[in-house]
Amino acid sequence: MTSVTVLTYGAGNVASVQFALERLGATVRLTADPAEVADSERLILPGVGAAGYAMARLSDLGLIEPIRAFPRPLLGVCLGQQLLFGTSEEGEGVAMLGLLPGTVRALTPAADRPVPHMGWSQLSLVQPDPLLDGLDDGAWAYFVHGYVCPDGDATLARADYGVPVPAVVRSANRWGCQFHPERSAAAGARILRNFLELDA
Amino acid sequence: MTARRIIPCLDVKDGRVVKGVRFEGHVDMGDAAELAARYRDQGADELVFYDITASPEGRTLDYGWVKNIARLLDIPFSVAGGIRSVEQAGRCLDHGADKVSVNSPALERPELISELADRFGAQCVVVGVDSKRAGDDWFVHQYTGDPTASRGAGRRTLDWIIEAQELGAGEIVLNCMDEDGVRRGYDIAQLTAARARLTIPLVASGGAGEAAHFRDAFQQAGVSGALAASVFHTGSLAIPDLKAFLIQSGVEVRP
Repeated sequence: MTSVTVLTYGAGNVASVQFALERLGATVRLTADPAEVADSERLILPGVGAAGYAMARLSDLGLIEPIRAFPRPLLGVCLGQQLLFGTSEEGEGVAMLGLLPGTVRALTPAADRPVPHMGWSQLSLVQPDPLLDGLDDGAWAYFVHGYVCPDGDATLARADYGVPVPAVVRSANRWGCQFHPERSAAAGARILRNFLELDA
Repeated sequence: MTARRIIPCLDVKDGRVVKGVRFEGHVDMGDAAELAARYRDQGADELVFYDITASPEGRTLDYGWVKNIARLLDIPFSVAGGIRSVEQAGRCLDHGADKVSVNSPALERPELISELADRFGAQCVVVGVDSKRAGDDWFVHQYTGDPTASRGAGRRTLDWIIEAQELGAGEIVLNCMDEDGVRRGYDIAQLTAARARLTIPLVASGGAGEAAHFRDAFQQAGVSGALAASVFHTGSLAIPDLKAFLIQSGVEVRP
């Protein structure tokens, strides 16, 4: 059975991710132990809340290097996707994992769109990828975020919230989902299943 | 775009879903988990669970029950009921809830909103507001789960929602009590006034009786989501039919 580690570092929606993976039949390990993380078959970095708090937690727990060096499939979810990038302009500016280039910025859509972006938006598929296998263009996903990642070569799928929202990104063995696959019904389950089936 | 959300609300008392008319006279509507699974399968965009007796009884909600719901659902859900501290909210989120909704405890101690937003992010923090018309204005009520404890909170609704937003709320659920459970439609005037003042998402609550009421809340008041209880629990409006009607009316929803 596929095994997956979900990082528990005090800034994540761990239980909902865990339950979604268990619904797919995966064996889920919850840990914040650097050695266990390093030795995981595949790794999920969840996250909700503030980037500064999350990075401070990862640093205190000695997890930054194990995450950066992780050689097998890694998926950042929501804030976990944002943490993959270089910096965030949240607060006074936060240095993040730097696995993807660029700065995560506050979401500033048109005046008639509330912030945070909260709710179901459609994905437009930009580049084919094993993580998106079987997914239809226009599939619906559940987003909750007030910051947005830089849009660039890493973008595999995009949502539109008046501004382009990189919804799925990839750099080598690291993927990110801005939305919550664990809360995105069938499309989310498909993405998580694809992640569990990536070669590890 | 982002689809307008249809949000069944489950008022829970001892694991059973109940529904009152204008907040009084609760009637049993079925098992909470069973109803949650049914709404998930029908295409609900989100669910809200209110432990309606927690706040009046001075206790918080049952975390084991939150976990059971979280195992079932592949759509987001928020929980409410007597959440008074960062620790309690954290336990709800740790057990799988996506958002916590605070109402009476935020009125008792508004700093609770900023404490929650600082720790978990604004996107996790919903402020529920029970509001009643008095003259030409609307006022906040608290402890509304229990008719004997329910009372005015001494605040104007339109002031309180702005204060809540400034303190870090990520979303406001505005429950218009004059319309609650009577199915004459959402309070469009009040929702429009609230929408015009907020930059965060606003969810309408109270008064839904037919599909056109949802359309009006979305098209006239511009709300991001519409919450309803009895109209779904009694089976008088099925979510797939509602969504088909909304699509036909030009409202973007997740089919």
